[in-house]
Amino acid sequence: MSMRKPLFAVAAVTVLAFSGAVALAQSPGVQSPNLGKPLSEADVKAWDISVLPDGTNLPAGSGTSAQGAKIYAEKCVACHAEGGKGGGAPGAGPLVGGAPLTNGIETAKTIANYYAYATTVFDYIRRAMPYNAPRSLSDNEVYALTAYILALNKLIGENDVIDAKTLPQVKMPNRDNFILPYPDRI
Amino acid sequence: MTTTNRRGRNPSLDLVAGNGLIDRRALLGKGIAVAGAVGAAGAVTGAAAEPLKDERWSLEFGSIMPSVQTASKYEKNVARTLSNPQGEFRNSHARTPHHLLSGTVTPNGLHFSINHCGVPDIDPAQHKLVIHGMVRRPLEFTLESLSRYPLVTRMAFVECAGNSAPMFSKEPLQVTAQAIHGLVSNAEWSGVKLSTLLDEAGIDSQAKWLVAEGADAQFLDRSIPVKKAYDDALVAIYQNGERLMPGNGYPMRLLVPGYQGNMNVKFLRRIKAIDQPAYTYFETKNYSQILPGGKTWRFHFLMEVKSFITHPSFGHTLKEPGYYTISGVAYSGTGRIAKVMVSADGGKSWGEAALQEPVLDKAFTRFQMPWRWDGQPAVLQSRAWDEGGNVQPLRAEFVAARGETKQPLASPLLFPNQHYNSITSWGIDSKGEIKHVYA
Repeated sequence: MSMRKPLFAVAAVTVLAFSGAVALAQSPGVQSPNLGKPLSEADVKAWDISVLPDGTNLPAGSGTSAQGAKIYAEKCVACHAEGGKGGGAPGAGPLVGGAPLTNGIETAKTIANYYAYATTVFDYIRRAMPYNAPRSLSDNEVYALTAYILALNKLIGENDVIDAKTLPQVKMPNRDNFILPYPDRI
Repeated sequence: MTTTNRRGRNPSLDLVAGNGLIDRRALLGKGIAVAGAVGAAGAVTGAAAEPLKDERWSLEFGSIMPSVQTASKYEKNVARTLSNPQGEFRNSHARTPHHLLSGTVTPNGLHFSINHCGVPDIDPAQHKLVIHGMVRRPLEFTLESLSRYPLVTRMAFVECAGNSAPMFSKEPLQVTAQAIHGLVSNAEWSGVKLSTLLDEAGIDSQAKWLVAEGADAQFLDRSIPVKKAYDDALVAIYQNGERLMPGNGYPMRLLVPGYQGNMNVKFLRRIKAIDQPAYTYFETKNYSQILPGGKTWRFHFLMEVKSFITHPSFGHTLKEPGYYTISGVAYSGTGRIAKVMVSADGGKSWGEAALQEPVLDKAFTRFQMPWRWDGQPAVLQSRAWDEGGNVQPLRAEFVAARGETKQPLASPLLFPNQHYNSITSWGIDSKGEIKHVYA
């Protein structure tokens, strides 16, 4: 009894290995548990809010600074204050301006003086803002707020439309200032 | 270090460095008792001692045992300090009281925790982890299904990249090791190898990055190199033998040993395989550093070799001259600790500390150094080396490379910069009072 069972197990693993449909762990002869439930990418769509700097996975929709200003006045100003100056709530830093990074190692990092990609602004608003009601904004509202903040920082024009095509093209001032301390770890 | 056989010699002469540091081998044998007797303590005075008696607790039936026990009521001060006790709409930090703990394992209730939008209340039966993106077949896991996998159990420290940030201050802040270094802790984690799950999903060879996302109210996310996932990353589901603490990622978190704490994404709910980093908010802003001169670092990841003395340290007082054991923790995101040197004279001379076995990869190692304090001013320091040959920089070297603030920091809760790993100095005056100093 105890001699026959392992033989059966080895045979089963061999069949699976050649079927190609079931992934196996690296070690030969050991079957991976495979307890994950298969999904389709369509199933994951509702959760997949990851936006990449080249614009990959930005949603449909668009917005302008003027549209964003209205939403900002309603949903953001309580914490971020008039014109994005910050200080309306503890932890709500300024959304505009920023000193040159040559001012010192403790210089406050802002969108204008620090962020490498404008997609980060869209992504963070969509996943985390407003603080008391995250994921409550429509994609159009997120585009509009992104446009409003970028325009406040003069990174886009007042009337520019921000959408999946234009957002990745916004040139961020600090983009080329980064260095990798450990390139071999990537 | 000398190889002379000192057996039979008076251990009080076995000094290895200035200001009373004793050869660490004294910890192995009879040396301590003799060295201790050199001090004023322990002498038989002949003065009337209090008579020995049986105390109340020995004479009555004890209390009912609780189902989940907590620390003695006499240990109430052994607690985390909170940066946001009222739960304002901002981040919150709870710091580990290193100056009140020993050993290497941080008890679960005292493990440091940072949450950017409160601690989520997650029903483990409803929580899901999805792996998708550049994979052959997207998969969904539950706590129940992951619990059926073979688990890897290992010790690992987790350290916020902003730990020790008060030491960027131009002047030393007079605060405890908890306030300075309380955003690192060490635990035994049990979890499923992330590589197993990625293999099962059939990850594409072109996928170089993963974006890992939590189920908190910010869906906090970080980009992690696939290389790290196949090195030693886990989806951890146990912490020191029990399910994860709510503030440490219940019911499941990513564990990327030796990498920035923030990358060990808590409440893990989604991993997407991608061909480029996502430049998420946290890797764009908080966990990227400004260097002197204005250049900026990104994707730093590695928590470099560090050590600090926990005993004695700020908040303690040396009550009398005599024997003390200097003790602290050392760790490195590169691997194992190779050596810790201790100084009692502000770095003029150094003696090698004893390392408590086992010395583990990317985990706390407790070091000890026997010391006889002569009652004169002393400055205690520790400096660690890891097995990769990396050494903890001296403060002058560190400040030259990474800078310091223009003005003294107004509060130890501020984060002027990240990735401080230089040495910590505790200055002891002739009264035995301890200050935080730069030396």
